[in-house]
Amino acid sequence: MRLEMNAIVKSYGDHRALDGVTLALPDIRTLAVLGPSGSGKSTLLRILAGLETPDAGEIALDGDPVRFDEEYLLRHRRGIGTVFQSFNLFPHLTALDNISLPLEKVHGYEASEAATYALQLLARFQLAGHALKTPAQLSGGQKQRVAIARAVAIKPRLLLFDEPTSALDPEMTVEVLDLIAELRQEGRPLVLVTHEIGFARKVADLVVFLHEGRVLEWGEASHLFERPSTPELRGFLDKVLRY
Amino acid sequence: MRRYFFIKGDKVPGAAAIASWLAVFLLLSLLFWFAFSRVRFAWDWNAVYTYRFKFLKGWLVTVAVSSAAMTLSLVIGLATALAHRAPFLPLRYLARVYMEIIRGTPLLVQILIFFYVVADAFGINNRYLVGIVILAMFAGAYISEIIRAGIESVGETQLESARAIGFTRAQIYRYVIFPQVTRQILPPLAGQFASLIKDSSLLSIISVSEFTLNAQEVNAFTFSTLESYLPLAVGYLILTLPISLWTKRLETRFRYAT
Repeated sequence: MRLEMNAIVKSYGDHRALDGVTLALPDIRTLAVLGPSGSGKSTLLRILAGLETPDAGEIALDGDPVRFDEEYLLRHRRGIGTVFQSFNLFPHLTALDNISLPLEKVHGYEASEAATYALQLLARFQLAGHALKTPAQLSGGQKQRVAIARAVAIKPRLLLFDEPTSALDPEMTVEVLDLIAELRQEGRPLVLVTHEIGFARKVADLVVFLHEGRVLEWGEASHLFERPSTPELRGFLDKVLRY
Repeated sequence: MRRYFFIKGDKVPGAAAIASWLAVFLLLSLLFWFAFSRVRFAWDWNAVYTYRFKFLKGWLVTVAVSSAAMTLSLVIGLATALAHRAPFLPLRYLARVYMEIIRGTPLLVQILIFFYVVADAFGINNRYLVGIVILAMFAGAYISEIIRAGIESVGETQLESARAIGFTRAQIYRYVIFPQVTRQILPPLAGQFASLIKDSSLLSIISVSEFTLNAQEVNAFTFSTLESYLPLAVGYLILTLPISLWTKRLETRFRYAT
């Protein structure tokens, strides 16, 4: 996927979360967005997901400019799978219904078709035994895997992960990261905001480093991790890789 | 002895429950027996008994008026709760003014003003219809708050993921918010319905021939006060007690973790 961003600005009150982000990434397969807390990573992802409208600037996916009116955004969101930090499954629905509801109501599947497909996905993610449980009966890792299944189910043109493991125990983090790594193998383009630098280093082929709402560096992951050129990225990597 | 009346925690053994209920019953019986024995009163149930069908008719009118008002109050409550969150600002303010006025004035005053001024001006002179509308508007203001609290209890993160999935605004309400809200608001809603049934007695002031008015009339015909009003209390309890018990059950059933 080709992603272009031009001078994206987004403020919340006095706080400028994104301060002119310009990027041109010709071919995203696995993009990791790194940066310290408050650097604007999540805001950038939310704009990509069509959940937030920038104050200024343009975005284009594969050359299609994103229009920020509700009608366009609705269609835009339907083509993108977003996974959040806090799982965000619907608590009143079973794991199965969490996956099949959007298929049925948004993507026009027949009820039985949606259920069959959702069950297949659950089975593939080793969650078949949990299909009829509600989120309250699932562990954090299982919830997040269901959330990922829900995002993947719609066959999105782009998958977005917003710190998908920040709310998980280390053990569960591994099961979720394994799953993301597996999705990457399938070749669906994905963007990952994460604190798991080790993981980003392993799976990402592109890295964008944000600092105070600006892109300080971006490029091939191997290159950036080996030879960071800004003192900020060097400092950041130094800190997060120290222990 | 101690183990029948002192319990730690929520689990109550059957024997203890029976013993304690008996104790409460005994205490209340004593109290009422004492109170009634002090009243120099010549009981005369016969006079009232001849009017038994009048009681029944009044009671049925109360049931009918309350049921109609409940249904309408749900509609009003839901509309007000949605108006409260409407993008069109004047609508929000209208909902707020309506609620503040209703909740800030006594129902009796609302009945009088609405019946003698508003309904009169609009040429509505069916007092049953007016009564139902007033009751529904009164309860609707409280119900809108219950529904609003229910809607707001659905977390921001859920709304966000619903948006990310590509649901329209209507779909978010239909598939994410309302199913969760219904479970949560059932107990307070049932409580509000019990209040509405009791409040319907105030419609007697505009001569809606409901339960209380009929009891008052029997009282006037027969000069038997207590014999008219005791059945009145029982008649209301028959309606409100099941609701209250049902509410208790709902509260335990819907206590699910999110």
